[in-house]
Amino acid sequence: MEQQPLLKVTNLKTHFFTDDGVVPAVDGVSFTVNVGETLAIVGESGSGKSVTSTSILRLVPSPPGRIIDGSIIFEDTDLLGKTEDEMQRIRGDRISMIFQEPMTSLNPVHRVGEQIAEAYRLHRGMDKHEAMQRAVRMLERVGIPSPEKRAGDFPHQLSGGMRQRVMIAIALSCRPALLIADEPTTALDVTIQAQILDLMRKLQEESRTSILLITHDLGVVAEMADRVIVMYAGKVVEEGDVAAIFKNPLHPYTRGLLGSIPRLDWRRRTILPSIEGVVPNPLEFPTGCRFNPRCPDAGAKCRESEPALKEMTGSQKVACWLMERGC
Amino acid sequence: MSGALLEVKDVKKHFPIKRGLMSKNAGCIKAVDGVSFSVHKGETLGLVGESGCGKSTTGRLVLRLLEPTSGEVLFEDKNIYRLSFNQMRQLRRDMQIIFQDPYASLNPRLTVEDIIIEPLVIHGIGDSHSRRQRVKEMLDLVGLSSYHGSRYPHEFSGGQRQRIGIARALALNPKLIVCDEPVSALDVSIQSQVLNLLMQLQDMLKLTYIFIAHGLNVVKHVSDRVGVMYLGKIVEIADSEELYRNAMHPYSQALLSAVPVPDPEIKRERIILTGDVPSPANPPTGCRFHTRCPQCMDICRLEEPALRPVSDKYMVACHKYQ
Repeated sequence: MEQQPLLKVTNLKTHFFTDDGVVPAVDGVSFTVNVGETLAIVGESGSGKSVTSTSILRLVPSPPGRIIDGSIIFEDTDLLGKTEDEMQRIRGDRISMIFQEPMTSLNPVHRVGEQIAEAYRLHRGMDKHEAMQRAVRMLERVGIPSPEKRAGDFPHQLSGGMRQRVMIAIALSCRPALLIADEPTTALDVTIQAQILDLMRKLQEESRTSILLITHDLGVVAEMADRVIVMYAGKVVEEGDVAAIFKNPLHPYTRGLLGSIPRLDWRRRTILPSIEGVVPNPLEFPTGCRFNPRCPDAGAKCRESEPALKEMTGSQKVACWLMERGC
Repeated sequence: MSGALLEVKDVKKHFPIKRGLMSKNAGCIKAVDGVSFSVHKGETLGLVGESGCGKSTTGRLVLRLLEPTSGEVLFEDKNIYRLSFNQMRQLRRDMQIIFQDPYASLNPRLTVEDIIIEPLVIHGIGDSHSRRQRVKEMLDLVGLSSYHGSRYPHEFSGGQRQRIGIARALALNPKLIVCDEPVSALDVSIQSQVLNLLMQLQDMLKLTYIFIAHGLNVVKHVSDRVGVMYLGKIVEIADSEELYRNAMHPYSQALLSAVPVPDPEIKRERIILTGDVPSPANPPTGCRFHTRCPQCMDICRLEEPALRPVSDKYMVACHKYQ
């Protein structure tokens, strides 16, 4: 498959300037999303995965947040050089986003049909009537039964799964080139999660939309993604094809993360492998490799200087001193 | 049954729906609608199910943190719903709970030491010196240091807070602990630390757990037996290994197949259920699952299947097997 880059993020740094000090939430992150592929960003809370996605849409609350360095090239132009007006035309049209909690991201005082129609009116200049027709068709596409009737409902009248379908309908209404999905199924039950993931895959096949999937759930990653980047403390620690990462994780953090999920096929009540310690305080990240205080194999070099992301076998990249010696 | 520490018999909890100025009764939410199970000494019973299935309400009914609509809970052969307030308080020494959200369940104005001492003070156990000694022991037991005692909850991470919650639950040396989604709010790498701690403590202190969670992999890992709940009922209850290998109820099968597996090379046949969970205010007639069941038969719409044993230690409520 030819790889055509759609989004290229280079050395992105988004820092938050708080009263307590500077929080380097995203600290030199680079990656590419190709046309039609799904790239997953995995990481735990505080790893900077959500700030990365809001940076792409330039939605970082400012102050205190500020993108201090880097470039975000989308369809050959740098999003960081755009004015707010230009960004508004891109958001919801070329790039759209679905959020974790559909109850807080839908407007509670507008009917869901109107909220979808809004996108057509703003970005496609349709009149009210035509936009509404398109909205109903969109509701049908995301599998909402009796869409004409549902279009007149308010968000609180819908279940969590239905609300997330409406969010997806809004996000995909203008056929975006890139869909950013920030924990799209975390708030949902497993059977509903399976429905939503299935829907996202189906719609992606139809429209060749690229998806940037942000999640902490490695099961979801294994099912949805083509490639993965693993983030820890504001940095990318590993990148690669989904098959390679799961089969042969190189970074000790990735290994720990994969090892610590109880699997259905494991014997019960065995002690789970776990990563010792806690995620470091972003105000005082450790020097050297940021994972070194929790790393079982950390050496002197790991405590002194920071490893860069280097290409290893094939498409896999890793930021770890231990790998540089061994391989 | 002998050897059972806890026996739950046909417990129901209906929450009235109040409407309008005069709080008229407008029906009720049947959160738990006839649940029976027993828990043996030293074992872990897992309860799984999706939101709204009544698993947390069941946990609270077991501890009588909620008054039931009907039914009995026997703890060491005593019906706890017949006990007076004071008797109940005495009994609470033996039954404790660990909550899901370690951010909301610890009093932010108390130091960790005060939080762990509180149950000892309420039950009048020991003097101030021995209590403080107990706090140190407890902190040590859950993997915190004694200097943590003088700090406040906000100074701790989620995983550490959950350890504090566990220390408080253990302070009275209970027999039964209801763990209500103890790791759902935690990051993956922290989850396994807390799960390991819970399992180690169980072996060390011979604890009995009721482990409530929606993460099926987690429940399976820690439980000896697992009950699957749907709309206020247990639809299947069995040995955990056996249930995961060979689930019988169509709902359990769908639930298991819906769990994403962290391995891209495994491509499974997935049963995707259509629709949402019906409202517990107005559950479907017959089998409650029939509206979403891929294997629904005529009888399922009319008659509610009872939870019946299909083999030794395996019970399922489904017309397919009756």
